[in-house]
Amino acid sequence: MSISVIVPNALTPYTRGVGTLVVNEPCATVGDALAAVATRLPALTDRVLTEQGDLRRHVNVFLGDESIRFLDGLETAVDEGATITIVPAVSGG
Amino acid sequence: MTSPTRNSGPAAGDVLVLVGTMKGAFIFSSDKSRRKWKVDGPHFPGEAVYSIAYDSRGGRTRTLVGAHSNHWGSTIRLSDDFGRSWTGPERQAVRFPEGSGLSLAQVWQITPGRADEPDVVWCGVEPAALFESRDAGESWAPVKGLLEHEHRPKWMPGGGGLCLHTIVSDPKDRQRMAIAISTAGFYRTDDGGKSWRARNNGVRAVFLPNKYPEFGQCVHKVVNHPSRPERLFLQNHWGLYRSDDWGESWQDIANGVPSDFGFAMQMHPHDPDTVYIVPIQSDEFRVVPDGKLRVYRTRDAGKSWQPLASGLPQQQAFENVLRDGLTADSHDPAGIYFGTRGGKLFGSADEGESWQELADALPPICCVKAAVVS
Repeated sequence: MSISVIVPNALTPYTRGVGTLVVNEPCATVGDALAAVATRLPALTDRVLTEQGDLRRHVNVFLGDESIRFLDGLETAVDEGATITIVPAVSGG
Repeated sequence: MTSPTRNSGPAAGDVLVLVGTMKGAFIFSSDKSRRKWKVDGPHFPGEAVYSIAYDSRGGRTRTLVGAHSNHWGSTIRLSDDFGRSWTGPERQAVRFPEGSGLSLAQVWQITPGRADEPDVVWCGVEPAALFESRDAGESWAPVKGLLEHEHRPKWMPGGGGLCLHTIVSDPKDRQRMAIAISTAGFYRTDDGGKSWRARNNGVRAVFLPNKYPEFGQCVHKVVNHPSRPERLFLQNHWGLYRSDDWGESWQDIANGVPSDFGFAMQMHPHDPDTVYIVPIQSDEFRVVPDGKLRVYRTRDAGKSWQPLASGLPQQQAFENVLRDGLTADSHDPAGIYFGTRGGKLFGSADEGESWQELADALPPICCVKAAVVS
């Protein structure tokens, strides 16, 4: 299985500069893919998920072109070749 | 007055004024005269810094910063070279236990522990909890006695969230310390954190049907002096109080202040009868009264308060000073410093008798802490 996880520039310090990660482990959901990333890059996942495993409020994760908030959240199913994109939400002041 | 510089490192006796803002941290430094200041920063640009501390125990020169990214969460960062470099766990070191249902929102307070426990550091966070570090801030663990407190389900968040923002300790008794939470009130432990009891007797909660509940008060800040730790001063959400018995009872000391609403409160470093506050008009109009920026000082433990305004704007000054926005250094005479929501930073080298503007256009200031380099 091969899933791409695209990381925003702000988080590349936690990926040794890599912008697109490839997950080869078996994954049924977006949450599984992020968990697979966490085993290699836990500091990255800390910035995306809270310590309870929830998606941070001002972080959006897309599967293809759709936010997983409008799908099944971290339980959203993924298929071979899927692209997951982590994006900071439009927020702040 | 101030000049931007790369931090070349202060010398012994120099004063540091550490400023946390909504958009990063700044480090001001001066020699003991406190007339000319250098400024270094911003550190962590774009991140809100609600808590900052300097720890000189054990031979350290450690600055600790609670930095909060609106997107990526909160971390505590450390510098042992006055901000030239920052370490900090890549992982989020302040973490609620799995299954607690709680996630760190903000680090509201970082407080070095007692002098005889040089590796102990405390932090207070939102949602309200106390964490302890036994390695000078590298790793943290929650204080379970408070985390699992029976009152927790009834604690209500204030305007800033459900935050543990104040930590006071007893330098003579390792078993005793206290915290304050908005809005839960003042809690004290006498057994090293295993159990905590609300001690709000006499503290008013104007926003509740029962004005004097066991807990639920919106305490904004509590201070004490290490030479007389049982005497506490409390700035409440409406109300100014003193306790002479470690919080068993509280007496109103709002004698001669223009408003007993406010956030910031600072103990004098050498005199247990001297305290500084910044009265605020009201909870609905959170600016200083009458458009005049005034610090108030008592030198008789709250029997009377006097305004300190020399050098501060006295017209059209619609400023607010947040709960950790007022601080003191340990020189004699003491330096007093405060920062406003409008981004102004003021300092006094003569205990508040006269003030100098150190900065006039910082981002909104969340916290100010001062230290003398040893």
